[in-house]
Amino acid sequence: MASPVPTQGNLNIRDLSKKFGDFLAVDKVNLKIEKGEFLTLLGPSGSGKTTLLMMIAGFLDITAGDIDLNGASIANIPAEKRNFGMVFQGYALFPHMTVRENIGYALSVRKRPASEIKARVDEMLDLVQLQDFTDRKPGQLSGGQQQRVALARALSFAPPVLLLDEPLGALDKKLRVEVQDQLKDIHDRIGTTFIYVTHDQEEALSMSDRIVIMRDGRTEQVGTPLELYEKPESRFVASFLGKSNFLEQPDGLYALRPEKIDICAAGTGAGPARLTGTVRSITYFGSMLRVMVDIAGGTEVEVDVDSWRINTPLSKGQKVDLTWSDAASVKLARG
Amino acid sequence: MKTLGRYISPGWFLVAPFLLLVAAFYLGPILNILWLSFTDPVPGVGNYRELYESDALVRIIWTTVRVCIVTTVFSVLLGYVIAYAMVHAHENKRNLMLGFVLVSFWISILVRTFSWLMLLGRNGLVNNAFETIGIISEPIAFMRNELGVLIGMVHYMVPYAVLPLLVNMQTLDMRVMNASRNLGASGTQTFWRIYLPLTTPGLVASTLLVFILSLGFYVTPAVLGGGKVLMVAEYIYVQLLVTLQWGTAAMLAALMLFGVLGLLYVMSRFMKLSTVFGGTAS
Ligand SMILES: Nc1ncnc2c1ncn2[C@@H]1O[C@H](COP(=O)(O)OP(=O)(O)O)[C@@H](O)[C@H]1O
Ligand SMILES: [Mg+2]
Repeated sequence: MASPVPTQGNLNIRDLSKKFGDFLAVDKVNLKIEKGEFLTLLGPSGSGKTTLLMMIAGFLDITAGDIDLNGASIANIPAEKRNFGMVFQGYALFPHMTVRENIGYALSVRKRPASEIKARVDEMLDLVQLQDFTDRKPGQLSGGQQQRVALARALSFAPPVLLLDEPLGALDKKLRVEVQDQLKDIHDRIGTTFIYVTHDQEEALSMSDRIVIMRDGRTEQVGTPLELYEKPESRFVASFLGKSNFLEQPDGLYALRPEKIDICAAGTGAGPARLTGTVRSITYFGSMLRVMVDIAGGTEVEVDVDSWRINTPLSKGQKVDLTWSDAASVKLARG
Repeated sequence: MKTLGRYISPGWFLVAPFLLLVAAFYLGPILNILWLSFTDPVPGVGNYRELYESDALVRIIWTTVRVCIVTTVFSVLLGYVIAYAMVHAHENKRNLMLGFVLVSFWISILVRTFSWLMLLGRNGLVNNAFETIGIISEPIAFMRNELGVLIGMVHYMVPYAVLPLLVNMQTLDMRVMNASRNLGASGTQTFWRIYLPLTTPGLVASTLLVFILSLGFYVTPAVLGGGKVLMVAEYIYVQLLVTLQWGTAAMLAALMLFGVLGLLYVMSRFMKLSTVFGGTAS
């Protein structure tokens, strides 16, 4: 399709806020989103992810701040003129239309010729592997198939930015992992900028170029999955992305991932123990063991060990030494 | 009991008294009417042959159908607008509007009909006011004609038109409308291509309800039509109590009954169709 809009866009969100009455749902968010990037908004329910996305899509008025697309403000452009693709929470497919009509809708309302619509819909059907379901209504499709129709529909007019609001929320765990791979693959192939909302940290870690951690309407931390996981700046980020122990040290609070701790029977370690304690419980997860250790002084530390590395079996009530490298613990900039 | 129970589900015994009641008080009279229409005054299809032979009868039926169709069109259009406004209004305003709709159910049709006479009659409020200001020199004939009947009937029917539409519109997922806008459709396009098709079941239900109820209207045409707009219900009344031609009355009643049943059959087909696309995506 000869598209008047670039199929990749960069977005610049500046001091964006949204108030519902007195309630500040989005609070001075600043974000630069690069062309072709896969950016994830991750945060607990109610943290303002959907509200932020709806402002980008143009369904909610902006209370304060601005949004630029490729350098020009889009704050006053109505939703139907923004040309952003969107996969809605719950998909919002047109229940009275077939798969083909759903996917062709955007071009059809743009009064494109029938031949062009057909060609584009076929292309989209190929992209999401739905060639065999063209004449079905959404009600006759499984959740995963509906999700793919929603994706194809949102991409049909080659939008510069695709917004996805918890698109996998309605799918079961196994299907979700499969669709994650497909989504990522589609992103890599078409190169559209994706803004992806989820509250699922595994989804965010495995798919994103960058993650924005949202909390109470603010951006808590922005970075690549690796940066966020390895260098969390706050207790919130460290415990929201993966698991973490928190150690109070004289110079501040440190985060320590459970899998970065070595555990051994008291006195059997190579070097001096950083902490000593007693095993409170051991849970076996196949590839790994989760050991909860009571430290003298009342704190509790979680240690995740690869099963194969345990040569002398641990038992409940046993005294153990805990060690870790200096790089393993991260000093938190904020509580 | 045991042997019977083997053939008949025990549930039937529970509803049997009510079935008997329905049979005695509804089915019986209906069959009686059918019977009368073929036997009074003489056995045969004579009553039905009148449909071909009597111009008056055909005119009455045609008037009835015409008035009912016009009433239905206006009631449903108004009802659609009102239901739409209600669904998309703020919650407290919505309850107020729903209150108005429901209150009109509780006001007697007689009161409502006569208040139109007071308002729009020759010496009614509107004509008097216009004459006093000097806009008109002769009273406008709102009442005692078909226009009067239509005004009265539409007024009475609008709440009935609103309710099925309201139910339909309330169940719509507004994200679907957002999706349409997001895909580049204007408000008008979204209405014609998404909103209207999704409210078609409500429109069909509303249309049939209003049309069927209108067919049996008696008070409003009699009062506001001023004797010039004779509709089937009033004609049946006259046949029964004045001219005592029960056979003709029964034939007309049977005709209306089967007309309505036919419409209901069409509706049931439509409703089944609606469930096909009723399984929404979310
Ligand atoms: N239309 C609205 N009116 C009032 N409050 C709202 C509205 N939409 C969202 N909120 C509030 O804003 C906050 C953020 O909501 P939302 O953006 O939906 O969060 P998330 O998508 O991260 O779960 C929530 O506390 C929610 O209750
Ligand atoms: Mg949300």
